[in-house]
Amino acid sequence: MQYLFCVIDDKTNSGTQDEQAAIDVFNDRLQAEGSWVFAGGLGSPDTATVIDNRDGEAVFTDGPFVETKEYVAGFWIIQAPDLDVALALAAEGSKACNRKVEVRPFLGE
Amino acid sequence: MSTIDVRTAITQAHHEEWARVVAALTRRFGDLDIAEEATAEAFATAVERWTADGVPPNPGAWLTTTATRKAIDRIRRENKRDGLQRKAQVLYDDRPPEPIGAIEDDRLRLIFTCCHPALAMESRVALTLRMVGGLAVPEIARAFLVHETAMGQRITRAKAKIKAARIPYRVPSAEDLPARVSGVLAVLFLVFNEGYLASGPDTEPIRQDLTAEAIRLTRLIRALMPQDGEVAGLLALMLLTEARRTARVSASGELVTLDEQDRGAWDAALVAEGHRLVRERLAAGVAPGRYQILAAINAVHTSARDVGDTDWSQVVALYDHLVRLDPSPIVALNRAVAVAELDDPEAALADVDRLEDRLAGYHAYHATRADLLRRLGRSQESRAAYDNAIELAGNTAETAYLTRRRDQLR
Repeated sequence: MQYLFCVIDDKTNSGTQDEQAAIDVFNDRLQAEGSWVFAGGLGSPDTATVIDNRDGEAVFTDGPFVETKEYVAGFWIIQAPDLDVALALAAEGSKACNRKVEVRPFLGE
Repeated sequence: MSTIDVRTAITQAHHEEWARVVAALTRRFGDLDIAEEATAEAFATAVERWTADGVPPNPGAWLTTTATRKAIDRIRRENKRDGLQRKAQVLYDDRPPEPIGAIEDDRLRLIFTCCHPALAMESRVALTLRMVGGLAVPEIARAFLVHETAMGQRITRAKAKIKAARIPYRVPSAEDLPARVSGVLAVLFLVFNEGYLASGPDTEPIRQDLTAEAIRLTRLIRALMPQDGEVAGLLALMLLTEARRTARVSASGELVTLDEQDRGAWDAALVAEGHRLVRERLAAGVAPGRYQILAAINAVHTSARDVGDTDWSQVVALYDHLVRLDPSPIVALNRAVAVAELDDPEAALADVDRLEDRLAGYHAYHATRADLLRRLGRSQESRAAYDNAIELAGNTAETAYLTRRRDQLR
């Protein structure tokens, strides 16, 4: 079962070197234990572009699709047998990156 | 066999077997929805069959077999309709249990799944009452003053999340167990309190159906985890509170406070059972958690012949202990009430006033202040505090009591 961990931030440029070091340690562990699928940090919402091509004529909009104080700063995709294991990992991930983490299951295989 | 005998047999089987059947089917089919529906169908069939053929020698086995058959029928129907084999066993974790000393009973798995911390508290309560307690959705809806459709959706959503997010069907690991047990106990305590201090202008002041259900479920968990001190503590606390139920509301529907209660009306058997549990925990010599301390406080109250006979220094000492474990303002408020009895209301009032920032929206804060101000002869301030308490109180018996006390002031 795969889970998405969304890293939730409400400040810009809030990453520190200590956090990055802690994230590296956590990532190494995920890889060693076989829980790792993919992860990455994202540019700030200012760098977002929204594309709407539902009508066949692509419209580009500068900025995020919804303006909120909180935004997704990065993510992990992990492999875990059940939610208890995923939540335990997410708790460590939240501590490592010093931000809130939202856990969502991928739709059933 | 008479209809009455069958009805009695069904009610008894419902109490004793519902959770067991749901739990066994959940393990076998890996799906709470199927387990719940098939169990409900089996009970409906029992009403019919048992009236015609008599009550089977082993009602539990009969219900499990019938429910299993209903579940298989449903899975076959769905497979036929969808043209694919349904994946069973999505929930069940077959890793060997960790050696925690807990009895491997499927009902424990069921309880921990329904009370999982990833579910909202209101969902945990509803799901536990439905899946473990076997209450019907309309009953649960009435208990929490929620529309039946909304309550049904709440339960459906919770089951869907368990399935989609794969909340496991197992007893938590030894490391997580204390936190998870306290999560289960919080659900049961909430059900009990909703019964004990029912809210809403059109509700009975005490909902005995809810207090009784909370006690029944706590007894079940006690039977499954006899070594857990906090489970014993919560059961003792509920019993010692429930023992005073009939003395707590007057014939005219007004709250009767502890000092004015007819102690002869207390249920002696429940008091004795509660005291036995408290003594058992004292003898265990393990540092008590908050439910055990609350139970001990209630044991002191229920040991006194009258309010003057109460060992208040013991009560204050227990609250001091509790404050260290649980520094919540509500504990501090209750401690102040005991301090008022032990030395002087003046000191207690000073303690209470310090809680204003955090408790200004809580009726008991104002009711406690009102009582202390009254005892100190500060009638006008007392009256204002009673006004605040009356405005915030949701329980009809409490409102009646507070109104009378206020109107006695000149």
